[in-house]
Amino acid sequence: MSIAALNPANHLRRRIGDFVMAIVCTAAALIGLVFLAWILWTLIQRGTAGLGLHVFTEQMKTPGQGGGLANAIVGSLIQVGIGTLIGAPLGMAVGIYLSEVGHKGKFASLVRFVNDILLSAPSILVGLFIYQIIVVPMRGFSAIAGGIALALLAMPVIARVTEDILKLVPDAYREGSMALGARDSTTVTRVVVPAAFGGILTGILLAVARISGETAPLIFTSFGNFNWSDSIFSGPMASLPIAIYRLASSPYPEWVDLAWAGALIITFGVLALNIASRVSLALATRGRK
Amino acid sequence: MSVASEASMHKPIEGSAKFQLGEFLFKGVLFTAATIVIVTLVAILLILFSAGKGAFEHFGPAFIWLNQWDPVRDLYGALPAIVGTIATSLIAILIAWPIGFGIAYFLTETCPRVLRQPLGIAVELLAAIPSIVYGMWGFFVLAPVLSTTVQPWLTEATMWIPPIGYDFFWFQGAPIGVGLFTAGVVLAIMILPFIAASSRDVLLTTPQLLKDGGYAMGSTRWEVLTNIVIPAVRGSLFGAVFLGLGRALGETMAITFVIGNANRLPDSFFAPSASIASIVANEFPDADQGSLKLAALFALGFILFLVSFFVLAIARLLLRQERMA
Repeated sequence: MSIAALNPANHLRRRIGDFVMAIVCTAAALIGLVFLAWILWTLIQRGTAGLGLHVFTEQMKTPGQGGGLANAIVGSLIQVGIGTLIGAPLGMAVGIYLSEVGHKGKFASLVRFVNDILLSAPSILVGLFIYQIIVVPMRGFSAIAGGIALALLAMPVIARVTEDILKLVPDAYREGSMALGARDSTTVTRVVVPAAFGGILTGILLAVARISGETAPLIFTSFGNFNWSDSIFSGPMASLPIAIYRLASSPYPEWVDLAWAGALIITFGVLALNIASRVSLALATRGRK
Repeated sequence: MSVASEASMHKPIEGSAKFQLGEFLFKGVLFTAATIVIVTLVAILLILFSAGKGAFEHFGPAFIWLNQWDPVRDLYGALPAIVGTIATSLIAILIAWPIGFGIAYFLTETCPRVLRQPLGIAVELLAAIPSIVYGMWGFFVLAPVLSTTVQPWLTEATMWIPPIGYDFFWFQGAPIGVGLFTAGVVLAIMILPFIAASSRDVLLTTPQLLKDGGYAMGSTRWEVLTNIVIPAVRGSLFGAVFLGLGRALGETMAITFVIGNANRLPDSFFAPSASIASIVANEFPDADQGSLKLAALFALGFILFLVSFFVLAIARLLLRQERMA
């Protein structure tokens, strides 16, 4: 910083410069908010047109026959359920390892680094990967393949949040447990994890929110289906994101309306999960930082 | 943090084999989970390569720079997809970087304190909207708006720029809405929350004492930012941009809707094009098991994986550097 800049003669000019930049940056924030509002407004406007009870009770049908998204919604619930059932314990175990066992060791640092990369890696590649190692050997698309792909996407999110949350647990808890003669496993499972359980749960909710909207990995794994599926181990299964993708790229206005209704459902579902998890995270960590 | 492990070393050995086995299993399970993280990354790399090997063997390394994508004659090359991927990502970064940084500065310095958290969450919610919804909104809402407003204006304003290279006409294409430019704009909105949130976190790491020193000398907030904060955390700020870039490169569904899906080199920023991810998502349903086309799609996936890996690795190293300091 040059001395000239601090010359009182330049005082007004500098104050104006500061004010202008503050305005510009406020405008930047407004741009972000405008796009958020614009997208949500579009969803409400176009989504409510196709929304109705039939969306939740009827399966997808050929154009001109009406139909809803019931099979896609149930398919999504099943696959997200599988993804969470596999991804949550795995992610929690990784997070616990990083925070309670590995600490700052070389191996833990490597795991942390790779986990951070998986966190932002293109989800479409996870789909290709699962296609090659599960869909091809099993000779067909299946809900279980879709669920496993989603699990791989949920794992890094949950691992990251779990580690961050466990680090907020005061060391005094661990020392107290040790002083009572508890083993490491008892300290972790009976003292540290329960103390942070609210936070870990919100991490799982965040991961559920993220995988609920994932489309690309499901193209290669559960593929999508206009009908109900009778098995999770064989045969393609519908999901809400894939249904939206297929309906929205069709030339039938009726289908596009249904796609908007689906987009409305999924976006507000995901946003609700997101806000709920942020609020509960704020409550769970209050006074810990 | 290392209390647990240190304490266990000095703990008197409790004789029962059951005790030892229990602890061993407990640590073993956690260690296995941690190993799965690394195995996943390596396995994705190996599987993508082995499934795409056919294309590299058939076309040689030239697959990467061959300018062709003709499923009818079974000729494949990655150049159009790579150009589309890089062009859309760069447009996105050029738009999202300044805006994202502006948001970060706003949220850390100029925004009224009570509004900081709600506004921060609102911006981050942009990241929660599913990619497919961005795609639909981009295709049905944004593209028509851009084609009647921004695109004709850009065409008018850049008329004087001469075409370059293989006749690339900058912004002179027909304003049809879908294409590289619209894809870049949609991507920019999508990566904005990532750049804004990580830039904000980086700005917050600057020690208050350094900033107070600047204020004590009579500096304004903007002067403290440009003369003290930015020099202190420059590396991490680049990390935030690389993080956004890493996200942009692999984005699939939104791009598939708005890029136009033309598998050739674009002749302007308004031309329909394709990215690696959009080609893979679009053409996969028509690619038969064991075909050269499927191998070419996997080879594209492998290239995308390598590029995103390096970009994300740089991002993490830059972001971590500052955290240690």
